[in-house]
Amino acid sequence: MRQEERKGTGSAGLKRTAVTLGLSVWALIVLFPFYWMVLTSVKSYGAYNSEYIPRLYTTEPTLGNYVDAFTQVPLARYFVNTVIFTLITTGVMLLVVVLSAYAFARLRFRGRGLVFVLFLALMMIPNELVVITNFVTITNLGLRNTFTGLILPSVTSVFYIYLLKENFEQVPEELYKAAKVDGTSDLKYLWKVMIPICRPTVITITILKVIECWNSYVWPRLITDDSSFFLVSVGIQEIRENGFGRENIPAMMAAVVVISLPLIVLFLIFRKKIMAGVSRGGTKG
Amino acid sequence: MKIAVKDLTKRFPNRNKKIREEVVAVDHFTFEIPDGELVSLLGPSGCGKSTTLNMICGLETPTEGQIFFGETDVTKLPPEKRGVGMVFQSYALYPHLTVLENIRFPLENRKGADKLSKEEMNRRAREAAALVQIDGLLERKPGELSGGQQQRVAIARALVKTPGVLLLDEPLSNLDARLRLQTRMEIRRIQQETGITTVFVTHDQEEAMSISDRMVVMKDGVLQQIGKPQEIYDRPVNLFVAKFLGTPPINVMEGELRQGSLYIGGDCVFTWTDEEAKALPGTTEYGDGIADARNESLAGAPRKVIVGIRPEGLIPDPEGTFVCEQRAVETLGRDTSVIFRHAGALTDTMRAIVDSADLTERADGRVRFRLRPGRFHLFDPETEVRL
Repeated sequence: MRQEERKGTGSAGLKRTAVTLGLSVWALIVLFPFYWMVLTSVKSYGAYNSEYIPRLYTTEPTLGNYVDAFTQVPLARYFVNTVIFTLITTGVMLLVVVLSAYAFARLRFRGRGLVFVLFLALMMIPNELVVITNFVTITNLGLRNTFTGLILPSVTSVFYIYLLKENFEQVPEELYKAAKVDGTSDLKYLWKVMIPICRPTVITITILKVIECWNSYVWPRLITDDSSFFLVSVGIQEIRENGFGRENIPAMMAAVVVISLPLIVLFLIFRKKIMAGVSRGGTKG
Repeated sequence: MKIAVKDLTKRFPNRNKKIREEVVAVDHFTFEIPDGELVSLLGPSGCGKSTTLNMICGLETPTEGQIFFGETDVTKLPPEKRGVGMVFQSYALYPHLTVLENIRFPLENRKGADKLSKEEMNRRAREAAALVQIDGLLERKPGELSGGQQQRVAIARALVKTPGVLLLDEPLSNLDARLRLQTRMEIRRIQQETGITTVFVTHDQEEAMSISDRMVVMKDGVLQQIGKPQEIYDRPVNLFVAKFLGTPPINVMEGELRQGSLYIGGDCVFTWTDEEAKALPGTTEYGDGIADARNESLAGAPRKVIVGIRPEGLIPDPEGTFVCEQRAVETLGRDTSVIFRHAGALTDTMRAIVDSADLTERADGRVRFRLRPGRFHLFDPETEVRL
């Protein structure tokens, strides 16, 4: 009935236009800060300061700020630090999460249910509380200002274990039996069957973790005071305070563009893969 | 390869944890499957047939008893060391692999001296695919195949390692009726071509009867009867087996043996001639024979029995002494079935399959039958064992 009415009055087209318009405006609002960031980063320091009211465009774009960001301050080092930190953390976390999710989903052992509930209970404890304990532990272990100290507390995630376990459990038990009849070891089954089938979830977890690593601030701030171990999030503060100085906004913006770029690129690449994974899962017979 | 099962027992802890008592899924099973035969494990759901299959396969360990392949005791061996191929009810194909990769998968696990080159693995996989006639689908994913095609892939995957024993767990239950008929012939053909000893689990008696060399009928984890399909149909050991086999099912009634004749609800429905009586079985390994019971009744000791009459065991006859109330007549082309009631029946309605030429319209709504010798069975009311 309602659909017929819509068709009858021809308001469907109107509604569509309104939605498109609304979303376009929303996109502009969301994208504007990014634009502003990039715009400011290509203005020279002099040009920026001469604008009493900041302009929405520039006639003399320059890449000088980018050169400064890599030459005058140790942005490259922070960048490399962050890449190392992110790769190792994500890699180790995947290993830990996949193995434990598999154990919780497939292996039979005494106390499995209890251990899992305890794991879930950990999610109730606010992160801020854990940070203090972790800080004390890492300091006592003498791991301040080391990559180990940076990485260790974030190599596991209860939530991701939970997510992946649920996903693993949806893989029919008969596949496991079939693999067993064919003499497949548990590890091989995990690698050759479980992970490929659950690939969308694994990819999602990887991306979320990479973003989390790249953006992490509180823990690196606490555990590092030697600037040679700074990550970009901490490093950008350092650049602002002791590098370019507070006034040199264009140079700061150049540094910010540089550190935001990897995540944006990563997201654009993997977005397609996630979509492919989801659509494949949907047509499975 | 010959398969022998001795005293096989499987007990599971009760799901309701408050009950200590264990559930007996399979109770002291002993049987033998000769080399190269196709044997079905038949029984209603929950009778332990799949558990038995899983134990033969090695996916479950027996609580007690032993399993032999040929002369080797395989009870403690893991599945991959037993040389079995298994086809699961849901086919259990790997959804992310192509048909060829699925079939090749079992070969990829070989290690050491058994390790095969990629070319050899592909060659064997293609050979198995050709056997089940899916050569044209090798690059497809399981999701792009029909149920019947998936089934064939699953069979090819089970056959690719040239196992000594092929195990099929309800392989046809996910197919539609027409495909099921076709696939069961296909399974029979493949089994005969390869000569692999095959164990086939099903709850469908028609399926089991049509393709098996031998059937193992089970109920509540207890073995009921083993034998050739026709043998079991003709001589069921007890009422359960008689009821379980045959479509439409056997008609069950209360009766009595009196003076050497069979009475149902007061009607004398059958009298053995002296010659027929001589051929009747005496006491058997299962129970007291029909001949003894008849002789006792002749000597003046009537005996209550349960009478099971196959639908084809009733012949319409205007002179017949078995008088029933006719409810309906169904014409199915090849034959006609008469649905009727009788006071002595243990079920609400009963069914006879008759030749339509024999059927004559009667005004009083009654139909008269005579019994065909050998197509009805007598059972002890207490033990339900066939006399």
